Amino acid sequence: MKTYKKLLAATALAMLTGGLMAGGASAKSLVFCSEAAPGGFDPALYTGGETLDATGQAVFNKLVEFKLGTSEVEPSLATSWTISDDGLEYTFKLRPGVKFQTTSYFTPTRDLNADDVVFSFERQKEGSKWAKYVEGATYEYFESMDFPKLIKEVKKVDDLTVKIVLNKPSAPMLAGLAMDFSSIVSKEYADKLQADGTPQKFNEQPVGSGPYQFVDYQLNTAIRYEANPGYWKGKVKIDNLIFAITTDAAVRVQKIKAGECNITIYPDPADVAGLKADTNLKVIQKPGLNIAYLGYNTTQAPFDKPEVRKALNMAIDKKAIVDAVYLGQGTPAVNPIPPTMWSYDKAIKDDEYNPEAAKKALEKAGVKNLSMKIWAMPVARPYMPNGRRTAELLQSDFAKVGVKVEIVSYDWQEYLKRASDPKHDGAVILGWTGDNGDPDNFLAVLLSCQAVGQANRTAWCNKEFTALIDKAAVTADQAERTKLYEQAQVIFKREAPWATLAHSLVTDVTTKNVTGYVQSAFGVHNFADVDITE
Amino acid sequence: MFRYIASRVLLLIPTFIGISFVAFMFIRLLPGDPVIALAGERGMTPERHQMLLEQFGFNRPIWEQYFSFLWNIFHGDFGTSIASKRAVLADFLSLFPATLELSLCAMLFAVIIGIPAGIFAAVKRGSIFDQLSMGIALVGYSMPIFWWGILLIILFAGILHWTPVSGRMDLIYFFKPTTGFMLIDSLISGPKGAFKSAFSHLILPTIVLGTIPLAVIARQTRSAMLEVLGEDYVRTARAKGLAPKRVIGIHALRNAMIPVITTIGLQMGLLMAGAILTETIFSWPGIGKWMIDAIAKRDYVVVQGGLMLVALIVMTVNLIVDLLYAVVNPRIRVK
Repeated sequence: MKTYKKLLAATALAMLTGGLMAGGASAKSLVFCSEAAPGGFDPALYTGGETLDATGQAVFNKLVEFKLGTSEVEPSLATSWTISDDGLEYTFKLRPGVKFQTTSYFTPTRDLNADDVVFSFERQKEGSKWAKYVEGATYEYFESMDFPKLIKEVKKVDDLTVKIVLNKPSAPMLAGLAMDFSSIVSKEYADKLQADGTPQKFNEQPVGSGPYQFVDYQLNTAIRYEANPGYWKGKVKIDNLIFAITTDAAVRVQKIKAGECNITIYPDPADVAGLKADTNLKVIQKPGLNIAYLGYNTTQAPFDKPEVRKALNMAIDKKAIVDAVYLGQGTPAVNPIPPTMWSYDKAIKDDEYNPEAAKKALEKAGVKNLSMKIWAMPVARPYMPNGRRTAELLQSDFAKVGVKVEIVSYDWQEYLKRASDPKHDGAVILGWTGDNGDPDNFLAVLLSCQAVGQANRTAWCNKEFTALIDKAAVTADQAERTKLYEQAQVIFKREAPWATLAHSLVTDVTTKNVTGYVQSAFGVHNFADVDITE
Repeated sequence: MFRYIASRVLLLIPTFIGISFVAFMFIRLLPGDPVIALAGERGMTPERHQMLLEQFGFNRPIWEQYFSFLWNIFHGDFGTSIASKRAVLADFLSLFPATLELSLCAMLFAVIIGIPAGIFAAVKRGSIFDQLSMGIALVGYSMPIFWWGILLIILFAGILHWTPVSGRMDLIYFFKPTTGFMLIDSLISGPKGAFKSAFSHLILPTIVLGTIPLAVIARQTRSAMLEVLGEDYVRTARAKGLAPKRVIGIHALRNAMIPVITTIGLQMGLLMAGAILTETIFSWPGIGKWMIDAIAKRDYVVVQGGLMLVALIVMTVNLIVDLLYAVVNPRIRVK
């Protein structure tokens, strides 16, 4: 496989770029072993990370973007922006001279302008002319971030100025604009495809303004990109980027060990020690912007009593779960948001692990001979490597305090659907990975009254908590928002709709010769700053 | 002959409709729905859920959905995937050659090794070779494909570096496929080294997928041979003083092959099922993995369309075989 490595570095897919590089300089290729095939190439149509990596991260830009590795929003296609005093109008100044990619299938005749920005958002609205350009098109992120209700209109002020008018102030708005579904697409390209009668190509052959431009996709095998020579930040150092779709985690590990890829993600926790020991590899780990929890159905007796939920929480040995399920690659969770997120309340103390006290508290609450169901997730997710094992540990913890647990599980889609039903029986193991670094993306999505029946799978509707979250969402000042979220976390801990279980470490692996790779805060993967040395 | 052909072709119609019904109902019998899958952990409001069900037409009466599915298929429209928004037929056509190539190679591997091993074990009945090979066959048959695949990858790709880990070809080779069969395409239009790369990528998946058929064929050949070797005509042939090679190779083997060929035919069908796991382990872009993903996402359109396309291929192959029988065997066409 050593030959392979050399070939990778040297051969450089000369035929891909249409010939040998001028001056004999060898082109640089980076192979990323990705975890799944992308759904398509329009970032607005999909919610899966594998598609966002292949589209929004590689090919497109947004008005504003997250500074790599952080949840801090920085200028991108918009060089600056102002927010009106009432928080309802966002005016963006666009970067002049930004070119859309020139590919074998499209040559732009003009620079990126306000028409593209207007089109990028308007097209996602229900009923817009372009919304159903491909059969079955739905815009789940746009919907779930509440953009249809939030955005009144997106209007062009002049070629390089765009105004987004909101129906109500929204503090998480900017973070939403930095997400991949808010990628700015080319209206000129869309118009051309429409005129050609092939609008579906918009989802097959993307044209963006980002660091890499699309070359080819072999279904379920590989995606090929080349550096965008006209990238407004300057041409990236990697000439050819290849996504090698490798769905099995153990195989991804073998591939990077064999030098068949330069970067891979989501190894099994059990493989991490072996990867760390490999001197040809670098293992990058960072606390994920995520949480795993056990959510009680708070409308079902006896879980409708906070003291019962608190007592059960005291019976859980979180450290044992982190050791046995996460193999040490995680930390016990205290609050519903991860410690790396702003507004995380450090002052809150976790419920002490104390089976004796838990037993007494249950007796005091009048709970005897309790039998309950714990739902075990049937799939591994970045926040939860093994739902079944976790359920078994919880079962044994609860047995120590006299609570009999029956573990149930369903097929993943059915699991999510049933868990959303406020009438479901027992407590569910689930979790969340943040989309944009805003606390609202955890607290409102997972715990507000509005989210009952959706992602709030505890049916917990605390008016005081929701009022704080709602207020924070329309407050512009971050210090003020922080205070509100801290208060909300205190209520959460007091009421205990969840047993917060763990925040996982997210692990990415690169070969030693990869430099400049920064792990994203949100579980997406970006190769704009990556370089590879001989 | 014409009546025979007509009857065979006409028989396809009820078969086709029966299969379409099963394909259509099967995925709908599983809990969950394709719309929920679009939202993931985030979930969706009951109103939006209802709206999307309407958008995709899943709220219509089931028989209406079924007839529209049939109508579309008769017009060559196998639908568009709910999850990926890609055309089912186009995806199937680009993925099927990968599955077929792998299955054919696996069968070739199983036949080339399995039949001689079975013959030898039968001829040397009770010998160490017989016991060892049948023991290995039993282990091969019982081995979980997933474990076996990873084991081979770790040994041959990870430690010895003899083969690549996964995929169909080194990614440095990039050319537009003509047939979809990598071995053929790499010869026709691939650059130098592409064929070798395609071949080396086939080795491990072929072994993994071929292991079970190999074990079955070896055991079947052995028992069929043993039966035939005990027949009177074999004894007679030996008594006549024919060379042992001739007795075994001509007299015994020909007759022993009849049940073995039937087994090979059956195993070929089963290979498609085994291919699902092998495709997953080796990142092999075939229809098995595609269908499994679609089932997990409850992508009704892909599952029903994919099953119909597989059924169409199987039916066509069966039809051709039936017609060939008739050509070869006059008793069939006369009857």
